[in-house]
Amino acid sequence: MQMHDRPFLPRGVRLHHDRVRGVTFLLAPEKAVPLDDIGLAILELVDGKRRLSDISAHLARVYAAPEADVAGDVSEFLDGLRALMYLRAAP
Amino acid sequence: MTPQPPIAMLAELTHRCPLACPYCSNPLNLLTRDTELSTETWADAFRQAAGMGVLHLHLSGGEPAARTDLVALTEAAVQAGLYTNLITSGIGLTPARLDALEAVGLEHVQLSLQGVRAEIADRVGGYRGGFDRKMALAREIAARGLPMTINAVMHRHNLDDLEATIALARDLGAARLEVACVQFHGWAARNEAALLPTRAQTDAAKATIAAARRRLRGEMAIDFVPPDYHSDYPKACMGGWGSAGLNVTPDGRVLPCHAAETIPHLTFEKITDRPLAEIWYQGAAFNAYRGTDWLPEPCQSCARRDIDFGGCRCQALALAGDAGATDPVCSKSPDHHRIRARLAAATAPDADADTAFVYRR
Ligand code: SF4
Ligand code: SF4
Repeated sequence: MQMHDRPFLPRGVRLHHDRVRGVTFLLAPEKAVPLDDIGLAILELVDGKRRLSDISAHLARVYAAPEADVAGDVSEFLDGLRALMYLRAAP
Repeated sequence: MTPQPPIAMLAELTHRCPLACPYCSNPLNLLTRDTELSTETWADAFRQAAGMGVLHLHLSGGEPAARTDLVALTEAAVQAGLYTNLITSGIGLTPARLDALEAVGLEHVQLSLQGVRAEIADRVGGYRGGFDRKMALAREIAARGLPMTINAVMHRHNLDDLEATIALARDLGAARLEVACVQFHGWAARNEAALLPTRAQTDAAKATIAAARRRLRGEMAIDFVPPDYHSDYPKACMGGWGSAGLNVTPDGRVLPCHAAETIPHLTFEKITDRPLAEIWYQGAAFNAYRGTDWLPEPCQSCARRDIDFGGCRCQALALAGDAGATDPVCSKSPDHHRIRARLAAATAPDADADTAFVYRR
């Protein structure tokens, strides 16, 4: 994923807050991925408009962490989802 | 230990189906239309399921499109908040019906594939013209941008077409392909000798899948259920009995797996008699093989105990005569020789002679 890419969840993949388990899941065909706080914070910013650079900058502010480190972590997380077809990116 | 809530529910809306696949997982005694649950009973079941933590709902059958209220059922499932997937052969769905399903929020379609050419697909499905109609419908699904998985059911007669199957799924615009080698329950058990793949086919399929996964990474996801008779260890059936999923039959019986009704000493409760959550948490059938405490040796002291939970109960019953035995697929099972014998008989060079399909009717 490049810094200028705009990641988005494709049709058929969505977030779902499960009140029974108290966990938010990323739901995809035949798959439910439980999200931790960081994963959720990232995916809540994934809307097809924000670029990877925007998302990283925002999270770096919120978590008071170096932007370069955050960008690396975010892009690794999103690339993993992309390989599984749970996420796509527009240029 | 309190059981976890279920993740997935498979709603077998009907056993009716225009096709007659010889590996159909439906039971040999098919339920008729007059026994089927009403729209409102299903809708209530969906709400109960969502309320107890079910995330995925699979609308299945038979052919779910045989229900005239499929759109209403889909709407009820979506309204309940469930991730709603339609498992279909495509026969009985029209473009107008697809539009209606899409309008009420259907999220995903899983289209079964009996073969990559009309000649083999229609022979397996026992329905002439089925392949062409399915292809036309697949294009309609793709044109709408509805997420689609192709579910290719594979066995001795089509496993050699695996590469072409992968290419066809790509061509149809599927984001996901499930290559499911036949499991020998229901009608498949009747047709075991005709369907069992050879060892060479199995090895070739594994190599083809591995290469395709590398090649198509990020373009199409591929799930593979290998033929377990050729495996050293069994699969974790349903992710563990009463652990992740449940099935509801057309007349409302709640089962831990498709084939559970073959186990004669268990009784299965109906959704019309007891709340779903009680059946899941307290029902005797769900607790019969839940967890691992009941497991015999060699499973009890095996490192894979918490990985495969001793395999499939129905397979243990069918092949070892005891639903509480180690799955005979396992190379450590004292009954494993039975699997070897069945494989040897079914895949001997002259075995094809008397293996006509017994169709599901
Ligand atoms: S396996 Fe074949 S016969 Fe059985 S429900 Fe599916 S399409 Fe119909
Ligand atoms: S012995 Fe039991 S637990 Fe171990 S691999 Fe075989 S079936 Fe699984």
